[in-house]
Amino acid sequence: MRELWQFTKLIRSKNAGPFELTFDIMFKNADCFREVMASGKLSAELIAQLYKVDLKRVQFFVMESLLTVKISIPRPVFSGDVGDTDVYGGQFHGPLVRLPVGAG
Amino acid sequence: MKKIKAVAATGNLSTGFREETLVRAVQQGAHFIGCDAGTTDSGPYYLGSGNSRGPREGTKRNLLIMIREALNAGIPVIVGSAGHAGGTPHLNWTLEIVRELARENAWHFKLAAIDSEIPKEMLLGAFLEGRIAPLYPAPELQETSIRQAERFVAMMGIEPIQSALSSGAQVVIAGRCSDVAIYAALPVLEGIPKHVAFHAGKILECGSAAVSQRFYPDCMAAELDQDGFTVEPPNPTFRCTPQSVAAHNLYENADPFRLVESGGMVDTTAAQYDAISDRAVRVTGARFIPAQKYTVKIEGAALAGYRSIVVAGIRDPLILRQLDTFLSGLRAVVERKIEDSLKLSRDAYTLQFRVYGSNGSLGQTEPCPQVEGHEIGLIIDVVASSQSLAADILPIVWHTGLHHPIPEHEGLISNFAFPFSPPGADLGPVYRFCVNHIWHLDDPCKPFRMTFENL
Repeated sequence: MRELWQFTKLIRSKNAGPFELTFDIMFKNADCFREVMASGKLSAELIAQLYKVDLKRVQFFVMESLLTVKISIPRPVFSGDVGDTDVYGGQFHGPLVRLPVGAG
Repeated sequence: MKKIKAVAATGNLSTGFREETLVRAVQQGAHFIGCDAGTTDSGPYYLGSGNSRGPREGTKRNLLIMIREALNAGIPVIVGSAGHAGGTPHLNWTLEIVRELARENAWHFKLAAIDSEIPKEMLLGAFLEGRIAPLYPAPELQETSIRQAERFVAMMGIEPIQSALSSGAQVVIAGRCSDVAIYAALPVLEGIPKHVAFHAGKILECGSAAVSQRFYPDCMAAELDQDGFTVEPPNPTFRCTPQSVAAHNLYENADPFRLVESGGMVDTTAAQYDAISDRAVRVTGARFIPAQKYTVKIEGAALAGYRSIVVAGIRDPLILRQLDTFLSGLRAVVERKIEDSLKLSRDAYTLQFRVYGSNGSLGQTEPCPQVEGHEIGLIIDVVASSQSLAADILPIVWHTGLHHPIPEHEGLISNFAFPFSPPGADLGPVYRFCVNHIWHLDDPCKPFRMTFENL
């Protein structure tokens, strides 16, 4: 099974303000984009499950013209609060990088 | 048809740019130089403490070049979110640097300062009048939480900056300010439509971040007209492509198409990005949808306590295979000790074991928290109501943990590899963002206090 990073040129997470996290997933080319999207593995449901957030709070944007998927979720802990682990939100994409997606 | 050329010195005033790039950008006919100096990205500390995020010398160097070039060309400089958090102390920190530069270089110009710190009484009044509304997600806001917070700022839109420019200010230092407003204020004043000016502002606000490969932080420039704008990096070794410019639209936004600003929303769903050379991109097609009510975003920070930490490694595989039990057992023992010796109940402080090698980066969100490596890094993290209390709790935890038993070893063991002596440090006050709300204003300039100085 191939992994998400093998199809992309960028997977990143970042704060979108102190209260939300946003993920940008940019694909290498149209074939990579289509193969991953057709697999159905990268979805709002997956994000809700992986990051333990309510599905209704997952914003999932598909931008085919940019070969990009953008996802935003509320932060589990607000940036810099006593229990926060990642003030910039820059490592939350980690669990997505090796997500099994394509065949072979 | 009038065109306005906007130059962004860099993405953040503290990070810098190449002097020759800014000189070239201004020579190419800039109408103003803008620069953002702040963000909430680095957490609530700066807003809460009133400390600016330096470096001071680097900030001074950047302001020196920006103001010198602007004075030579007779154009304004606009700095937003002064001193990182945009409160009164952050604004004053920046103003002091500007005054120092004027003295040292015998410069004379009109300086405008726009203070965006909101006195608590003013905010309380607005709150009680029902003019404050939560965004999602937002901490709960109450009268007491407003009174107890350290500091509030409101994020200004274009109007206070326009007012400063209309009064003839050549250098405008603004407190907390929308990044986009820094670049949209002057163009809109000169008749550029808002859909063009605001979209250009979003692309410019991170300096050279919208190029295809940013080798180092540097300047960015855009020429705005009635129909759209053309973005072209003034550094000849950088290139913009339609993809790089469109992709920057996504950066740090929750929604890639709808950018909410004071006074309205920029909708870029139908925006077009066309290459007009191998390094310049023409952008058209954004829409500006005016808001029904004029609102500004408020930011606030409240003191959450004082932190002391210890750093340690654990390498013993027998401890690692039962790490959760080990740490929960240790927690139970130290809570009892803290209660006995310091008379502190469990809810009077926060004790966190941050386990690197398990879930140090993602905390409760980590989908695979099991330890797989041969060692872990542990941060023992105590937050209490005073620094001395946190510093008193900490040795109870680390010293107890050092010798906390596991069944497989008989006799006294030492579980932690401390890299340092002393093993930890007091980290000072901890703040939290205590507001994610908007404030409905009748006058977009009202809460912002403007002062002028002729240097």
